[in-house]
This record gives sequence, C-alpha cells and structure tokens, in this order.
Amino acid sequence: MSGKHRLQLRVNGVAHDREVEPRLLLSDFLRDELDLTGTHVGCEHGVCGACTVLLNGDSVRSCLCLAIQAEGSEVTTVEGLGSVDQLNSLQEKFREHHALQCGFCTPGMLMTATDLLSKNKQMSDEELREGLSGNLCRCTGYEHIVSAVRAAFADKGGDGS
Amino acid sequence: MKPPAFDYIAATSVEDAVAALARSEGEGKLIAGGQSLMPMLNFRLAGPAVLIDVGRIAGLDGIEETDEGLTVGALARHAALETSPGVAKHLPVLAEAMRHVAHLAIRNRGTIGGSLSHADPAAELPLMAVLLDAVLHITGPEESREVPAEEFFIGALTTDLEDEEMVTAVTFPYLPAGCGWGFEEVSRRSGDFALAAAAATLSFEGSVISEARLAVTGVDDLPLRISEAEEGLMGGELTEEKISAAAESVQASVNPNSDAQASADYRRHLIGVLTARVLRAAAARATGGGL
Repeated sequence: MSGKHRLQLRVNGVAHDREVEPRLLLSDFLRDELDLTGTHVGCEHGVCGACTVLLNGDSVRSCLCLAIQAEGSEVTTVEGLGSVDQLNSLQEKFREHHALQCGFCTPGMLMTATDLLSKNKQMSDEELREGLSGNLCRCTGYEHIVSAVRAAFADKGGDGS
Repeated sequence: MKPPAFDYIAATSVEDAVAALARSEGEGKLIAGGQSLMPMLNFRLAGPAVLIDVGRIAGLDGIEETDEGLTVGALARHAALETSPGVAKHLPVLAEAMRHVAHLAIRNRGTIGGSLSHADPAAELPLMAVLLDAVLHITGPEESREVPAEEFFIGALTTDLEDEEMVTAVTFPYLPAGCGWGFEEVSRRSGDFALAAAAATLSFEGSVISEARLAVTGVDDLPLRISEAEEGLMGGELTEEKISAAAESVQASVNPNSDAQASADYRRHLIGVLTARVLRAAAARATGGGL
C-alpha cells in the first residue's frame, strides 16, 4: 500500500491520470510530474504561501496537501491564469502597480488574490491585507501588491476602498 | 522537508476509518485537512506507519441547527464556520474566533475535527469548545460516546481520544438570548498562533450577572475555564473591582511557557489585560445590562 496509488484529477482544465506515491506532495506533483513549475516551493511547512494553488476554487497550500488527496479535484495553478503573451487582468494589475520584484512570491500572491476576488464583491484595505497576510514577500513591502489587488477589485465594480 | 513513507488508506465511512485505525494497532494516524499533520510529516516529527484519509467520507461536513445547539461535522472547514449564517446568528463569538485561525488558505483546508483532535494549546477552536460547553461526538470500533470539551482536552496535543477512535462532530449549545460575548487575542503577526487569547460570555438579569463564562488559551498546556473568576463575577453588576479580581484570578490560575515568541511573565501580563477586555466587550454586547 505504500506502493503507488492511482490519481485522477484536472489541472487547469486538463485531465491527468497518474500513479503516485502517497507521500508525494501536491506541490511536487505539479512541479515534477506535470512540469508546472510556476507553483513555487518556499518553506514546505505552510508558512510562506509561495505554493498556494486553488483546489476546487479554494486557495490552499500545495505543500500541505498530499497529491493523492486531490483525487477527483480541479486544481488551478498560476499557469491557469494567463500566459506570458496574454496576462489576465489581475496579472496586468500586478505589472501596472509594480507589485513584484524578484517574483518568487508572485504565483502564490496571484492565487490568493484570485480566491479573494472570486469570493468578495469588495474588500476594505484592512480585509485585503488580512486576506493576503498568509503570503510572505521579502521585496516589495507589500504596498504595491495591495495596490494591485485593490485596483483589480475596483475594476470588477467594487471601489476596493 | 518531505514526508516519510507510509501506507495510505482512503476511508469511505467512519466505520471504515476506525476499523483501519484498530487494525493499525496504534501505528495509524487520521488525516483530513492535514493543516497540523502535514507540517509535522514534512518535518518528520510524525511518522505514522499508515495514514488513513477521512477527507472523502461523505456527509461529515455539515453545519446543522439542532435542538441541542449547532452541530458541526468533523470535516467542516474553519472557513465554513467563519462564513456560516447559522454560526453568525447563534454563536457570533465562534465566527469572530475563526477569523483569528491562521490564514485564508489554512482555514480553507483545516477541519474542525482535526483541530480539536490535534489539541494545540494555543489554538482558537479548542478554546471555543471549552468556553461554549461544547460536546464532542466520538466513534470507535465498538461504540460511540459523547464527551464534554472540558474533559476532552487533557494536555498539550493530548486528548481523551483512544487510538482507534475519531471525532465525528461537535455540538455547540446556542448562546442564550441577550448573552454578550468577547474574544481577544494577541499574536506576533496576523495569523500566528496566539501568545494569549481570552473569551467570555455574560448574561444579565437587569443589571445583575446571571451567568458568566470565561476561558483562556495560549497560557497553559490546554485551554482553561477559570471557574473561580466566573463565580466572582456572578450576582451583581460588572464593576471595575470585579474585572480586576477576575484578571488576577486568571493570572494566578495559568502556567504559561517562555519561548522565542514571548516570556511567561509577558504571557501572564497579556492574559490579565485580555481578560479585562473580553469582560467589558461581553457586558457591552449583552442586552439588559452592562457597564
């Protein structure tokens, strides 16, 4: 039973059917088995938020989830948002507001912000900061990230203030 | 930072899960959301021979309004409690406490049964269970039983659960009509574990306190009700003298640790301040009385 288990799931709309060891982390499955290296691995114990992905629409730490636990699920990674040539609207806001420097935390920030945007009509700055507080950034001081997500909220109709 | 190897079983029912636990003879561990267990596996602080995944058992994630109170299935997520209309209506103190549990992504995945079973001495949900006189529903291979929260928590990461048992649900009795509440926590950063946290409920008849509940966490091996302080609050108005006496009683009852985050003295200081704040907040929210 510590042998491989069958894992069927969808990632960014694409169905996958693999055999995995039960101890394989979802983050490592995405990066090593599917070559979706946009999901970054920072602390591997649930503190930094860099590996955040959407699991059935909810933001989760992919380092705190076994790949096998995603059986039958829909996973969305940063590769599911936009492409280098065609950024999605949130990614555009990150660029406009200079919300990244080294970029290591950016995929996790984008996935967390995607969750917030999908579940809230608008958010106060305090709520926004609390919502993003599980994602660490060592470059920006967060101001520009908050500005970018605030702008994304403003675009969808709420005033974001 | 990768988990050690283990056998894996995806349980399809509670019976299936506890039977697998019994077969593992103490070497098995349940996993649901995994938000406490996965870091321990990644750090290799835990190394179960077999991991029994209860996360896919159907029908265990409900939040139901019953005659006894709000019954929350073991697989309900923290985020579900945070946003549940039933919790907001009957147990607003619980909704407030959930906002202090870690971060969004952890609340999206961490389960109620998992947090209670893990029994971290600084976690918010065990504090709420103790404050609100919650009852845990537990199933083993032979029988099911119900245990009051105050008897369930025994020490740091230690509960009344037998090796082959699992928590299936928890029932929180509703707050009485007009009951006021307070919840306060201090942590180093938003989402960190509490350095200290306190919660209280107060009911008044006119200006007289008819029921007082006060619980604290982060300042001992387990969440504690402070019955001496509760008794001192009863039977009159909430005065500054009573607030001070309650705070002193709490400070004398707890046994905080020193660690890299805070000294024991600082935690003891904090819990006195937080006790005063939650009592004032509870009185201000109560109808029919207060300061």
